[in-house]
Amino acid sequence: MALYSDKVMDHFQNPRNVGKLDDADGIGEVGNAKCGDIMRMYIKVEDNIITDVKFNTFGCGSAIATSSMATELIKGKPIEEALELSNKAVVEALDGLPAYKLHCSVLAEQAVRAAVIDYYEKHGIPYDKEKFKIVDCEDCEHAEG
Amino acid sequence: MFVYADNAATTCVSKAALDAMLPYLTVSYFNPSSLYSSAQKVAEAVAEARETVAACLGAKSPREIYFTSCGSEADNQALVSCARLGARKGKKHLISTKFEHHAILHTLKALEKEGFEVTLLDVHEDGVVRVEDVAAAIREDTCCVSVMFANNEVGTVQPIKEIGALCREKGIPFHTDAVQAAGHIPVDVEEMNIDLLSLSGHKFHAPKGVGVLYCRKNIPLFSFIEGGAQERGKRAGTENVAGIVALAAALKESCDHMEENAAKMIAMRDRLFAELGKIPHSKINGSLEHHVPGTVNMCFEGIEGESLLLLLDKNGICASSGSACTSGSLDPSHVLLSLGIPHELAHGSLRLSIGEYNTMEEMEYIIETVPKAVQYLRDMSPVWDELQKGTRQHLC
Repeated sequence: MALYSDKVMDHFQNPRNVGKLDDADGIGEVGNAKCGDIMRMYIKVEDNIITDVKFNTFGCGSAIATSSMATELIKGKPIEEALELSNKAVVEALDGLPAYKLHCSVLAEQAVRAAVIDYYEKHGIPYDKEKFKIVDCEDCEHAEG
Repeated sequence: MFVYADNAATTCVSKAALDAMLPYLTVSYFNPSSLYSSAQKVAEAVAEARETVAACLGAKSPREIYFTSCGSEADNQALVSCARLGARKGKKHLISTKFEHHAILHTLKALEKEGFEVTLLDVHEDGVVRVEDVAAAIREDTCCVSVMFANNEVGTVQPIKEIGALCREKGIPFHTDAVQAAGHIPVDVEEMNIDLLSLSGHKFHAPKGVGVLYCRKNIPLFSFIEGGAQERGKRAGTENVAGIVALAAALKESCDHMEENAAKMIAMRDRLFAELGKIPHSKINGSLEHHVPGTVNMCFEGIEGESLLLLLDKNGICASSGSACTSGSLDPSHVLLSLGIPHELAHGSLRLSIGEYNTMEEMEYIIETVPKAVQYLRDMSPVWDELQKGTRQHLC
């Protein structure tokens, strides 16, 4: 059996929405270089809809694939839906990930969440701060700082 | 183009090895322990293979050669034997290095749990153990020194003869894991003062599933597998005859052609170093002065190794990396970290290991492909973005 599903390989080899948005309304970055993965999400929001999204990722094949899939799942969707995006949804959309790569999907969920929170904070929009915390590198002993 | 550049992981079976082994799978399949003449011929083939291996390693007697199932088994048996022997004399301290193969490191961990003490030596930035560090670590109760002949990831060669001489002078059994050295660079247990040595057949064109433990005759081996009298009672189980015969044939062929193979591989390796070294913010790992002919280990800043491997695979190139994602843990390779390479950089490592069957044309293809793959990944990397903007410090 191959390490990754065809969908993961497709999103790794042909990642969707790679790049930056110079006029982003929200930017989220999670992970750190010491752990070996960083994801940065840029979102453009109009009338509460995510009209554009781009990502930059430093990481393994599944980190790149989960970033790419996460952008597809939130593009054109209401921003509240993006905030609710779960790592499970990303994994399912990719037809699964090896168990030891699941943290990549958590990172993708958190990167999207961080971008939405950044947008909310900039615009003074209230949200459930308890529910939507950024748990950055929760299992990681290297966390910088 | 398909390019196999992972010869430190395993090698293809050579024609010489295959031709040697096939009769023992088909016509001469008899158990060498059986009495009848056709079986005794098989026993003779095993004995002949033992003599060939002894000669290739410079061993005084074929009785010092024990066939095992792999290099890891040989490593395990060597260390545990030294530890058991030491413990009988109240000596429970072992010395090794930080960048050994896990077959050594995990065995040492297990011995620590049994009450043994272990000192792991620094390998410095160049990936070379210093003889004076070994001397400083030796204690009254040291029962074993184990230093790998050549490192499997960075390819650095250790001062084995000098460490061996030191151990000989102190009366301490000296083991070396020569899995990456045997068949590739000169190995001589007598000249290099080696008491125990491990090797693995599939690193030099024998099939997988057969290894060797050389053990000097005055050192009693501890047996892991009890049963029959095979391997002089030190490893029971019917011999892997075909594997043993193939290992001997492959080792002999590799040793007979060592110089010409090395010259060919060094030319290819140096071409890779020269050209891939031109990639901005890349780093060549390990001393170039003390280096096996076939291994190239580099780090590329701002990218992660697994994604580089996947891209190379897409382009038909088989290679390996010491990134965390390929090691199956949170940390990048312990070897790269032991050379003082920061985590951030170690994640972006690439190992290309070439063999005598590779061609210069394949090297040119690697030289053409790797920089493009690195650039592709850098273009989408937030780390590279920060490095470019100057908000993150370059590490190389």
